[in-house]
Amino acid sequence: MDTVQVTMVKEPELYIEAENITPDAFAGKSAEEIQGLPIYEGNQIYKLGDYFEVIGKAGATAADTKIVVKGEYLNRVKRIGYKMTAGEVVIEGDSDMYTGAFMEGGRLEAKGSVGHFAGLGMKNGEFIVHGDAGNYLGAAYRGDWRGMMGGIIRVAGNAGSDIATYMRGGEIIIGGNVDVHVGTHQEGGKIVVKGNAKSKVGGQMVKGEIYVFGTIDVMMPGFAYRKDVDLEVDGTAGTFKLFEGDLGERHGKSKGETIYGKLYIKA
Amino acid sequence: MAAYIIKNGFVVDPVLGLDCEKKDISVKDGKIVEDAGSGAKVIDASNMLVMAGGVDIHSHCAGPKVNVGRNFRPEDKENYPQFRRAQKGIKKMEAGFSVPTAYSSGYIFSRMGYGFAMEAAMPPLYARHTHEEMRDTPITDEAALPVFGNNWFVLEYLKNHELENTASYIAWLLRVTKGYGVKCVNPGGTEAWGWGMNCLTTKDPVPFFDVTPGEIIKGLIEANEYLKLPHSMHLHSNSLGEPGNYQITIDSLKCAEGIKAVNDFGREQVLHHTHLQFHCYGGESYASKNFESKSKEVIDYVNKNENITFDIGQVTLDETTTMTADGPFEYHLSHMNHLKWVNKDVELETCAGIVPFIYNPNSFIGVAQWAIGLELGLLAKDPERCNITTDAPNAGPIHRYPRVMKWLMSSKAREEVLDACKFGDSVRSQCYINELTDKERTFMDIAKMTRSGSAKSLGLSHMFGSLKPGMEGDVVVYPINPVEEAGDGDKIEFAFGNAKYFIKSGELIINDSEFVSNGNKRTFWVQHPMALTAEVERDVTERFKKYYTVTMNNYEVKEHHYAPNPYVIEVDA
Repeated sequence: MDTVQVTMVKEPELYIEAENITPDAFAGKSAEEIQGLPIYEGNQIYKLGDYFEVIGKAGATAADTKIVVKGEYLNRVKRIGYKMTAGEVVIEGDSDMYTGAFMEGGRLEAKGSVGHFAGLGMKNGEFIVHGDAGNYLGAAYRGDWRGMMGGIIRVAGNAGSDIATYMRGGEIIIGGNVDVHVGTHQEGGKIVVKGNAKSKVGGQMVKGEIYVFGTIDVMMPGFAYRKDVDLEVDGTAGTFKLFEGDLGERHGKSKGETIYGKLYIKA
Repeated sequence: MAAYIIKNGFVVDPVLGLDCEKKDISVKDGKIVEDAGSGAKVIDASNMLVMAGGVDIHSHCAGPKVNVGRNFRPEDKENYPQFRRAQKGIKKMEAGFSVPTAYSSGYIFSRMGYGFAMEAAMPPLYARHTHEEMRDTPITDEAALPVFGNNWFVLEYLKNHELENTASYIAWLLRVTKGYGVKCVNPGGTEAWGWGMNCLTTKDPVPFFDVTPGEIIKGLIEANEYLKLPHSMHLHSNSLGEPGNYQITIDSLKCAEGIKAVNDFGREQVLHHTHLQFHCYGGESYASKNFESKSKEVIDYVNKNENITFDIGQVTLDETTTMTADGPFEYHLSHMNHLKWVNKDVELETCAGIVPFIYNPNSFIGVAQWAIGLELGLLAKDPERCNITTDAPNAGPIHRYPRVMKWLMSSKAREEVLDACKFGDSVRSQCYINELTDKERTFMDIAKMTRSGSAKSLGLSHMFGSLKPGMEGDVVVYPINPVEEAGDGDKIEFAFGNAKYFIKSGELIINDSEFVSNGNKRTFWVQHPMALTAEVERDVTERFKKYYTVTMNNYEVKEHHYAPNPYVIEVDA
């Protein structure tokens, strides 16, 4: 695997849309060619080289390419790893919105925090965040009813509101706390919150699983307590209270039994 | 204004009787002429197809519904990056797949070589919005049909068999909304929806008003002929999309029996039935064992009755956004696919709904609907009475017209769709498509369906639909050799969607596949001199005071602001 180091050396006046910082766009290119890729600032098109210093070269394919993104102003850069299908990206700092959005494969590691809409509509791959994530982590794109389909998102810190909206598959693990609206309209997949949640957890949920290790300030009225279960969730064993819901929604059947969304709260 | 001569192209023109014949076409001062003079700019159309500008008879391309569709489907722009086209030269940026931006609509029509488009359902109360969007749609001349089929005034006058009052109200509403003709959507059913009901047959009485859909259809046809309007009554009949609805469709068509067209615009039909595909279903449910095509039964009736025209409403097997003034149908649809739903009541007049919909090319019902549309297109005896539409965006986006032309022209292209679907054989057995494998439409048929036929049906055959000298200077050059490449389905689709040259009203819009002008679009409407009868004047005044949330002054569409470049069609009383 070849490594490209991309270092941001100039502060942008606005925010940079860097959907081309992906192994897919870099694959098969020299440092010089990578510097020539377009990036957007407002309605202006610039070359990647206008803001970033590029060292090394990309592998022949996306899968053979690792990108290390560095620099002081990365918190003004959006869309790193956007639609990446393979390879690896490491962000050595905080990045802005849409980091890893619509990711289809490969590995994306953010050493700092990521902005809103990170991992939006993710299909596959591995997305690791060492810091915090913003709102709409792993959610569906605005208006779409087809949210996260697969892959794994792991956030060590806290996440914001509206995570995993319309989630249909895959896994999201939050080490810390989350804000309101978790797994709204969830239709599959698994969400683990190791800290506390505030309210509206699993609202209009049809299918899938949510695990909360801490507390939920206000429960949704559409969830009914079923029983206590002993489980091991992401390496932590314990007793969980199982709730099913959202009872206000339509639910499918499997082998004659109605399928509900499952909400587990650590006892 | 510049003059052009389009040389050496293969011209297809039903009015001139030219079928892929080489003829030079001259354009000067906005019109087709015999001779453009020596200074005319020469456009080389060698080995290419030359036609008059297309005339779209029915699409939802401007108005409040379309705009709500845009607002509630941001993903329609995100999921189709190839339809986000950057600004280039004079061309503005574009976006959107099933509900494109207003700018984009004009460019899409132009790329397809269409010079005129009819917005198919304008709620009178929101006529201002519709006109603002039409104003912002570049290049393409447009007009809009106000909806009348659930209007309280109309329901009351028709219940009392007051033809003159109905006509007087229609003439007035066309004047104040700058409308073009009479549209009728789910007659009575949409009003019934306000009571939580629907009218599913032509005999179901509308609650409170106690008039039947059959009476509404017949009454509106008679009023339309009384006024001698350029276009006929334009009908979306009851029970759209319901299995087994074909008999209701035939009952609705029968309302036109014995009525003759009266007008000075060359129109011969008294009833245009829109998106007929949605109205030709047999069976009891959408399951492959129960559902069947009844396109033959309906088209047999249409073929025999020359006072009826129709458009297909072809399903294009895409993810799209349905939007119609048939409020109850959209509610029903949202309960079938469980996707988001918008409902909008328009006081006293109509009620629209919007729901995203996926016509799955690998499902039985999607492909059966697709087959039924094509059956109508292939079985119609007179292609001039059968116009190509996708009821855009209901059955498919506007920019899919070229694909519909491909399917009509290439049996091979149709077989590919059937072969790719795992229910292909069920569709073959439940529909008539398998009996039509030897049928292929020609370029001449396509010109009749999309040019001469639709122009005639709209009462615009004196302006559009042909390259006869004196007609509007709308000429398109498609990059296909119609003699040598007629069998190449993909080439047909590409060519009809990517005009090499397009001249609109004598102005060069597309030069060598690049936009070079945003044109000078016009808004068409019909001005009828019939005065308000005393009763209608009283009713309108009273209703505006009592029920409407706006005053009459805020209702009328003021010309200078809403239609800066008008083209008014005056009707002689």
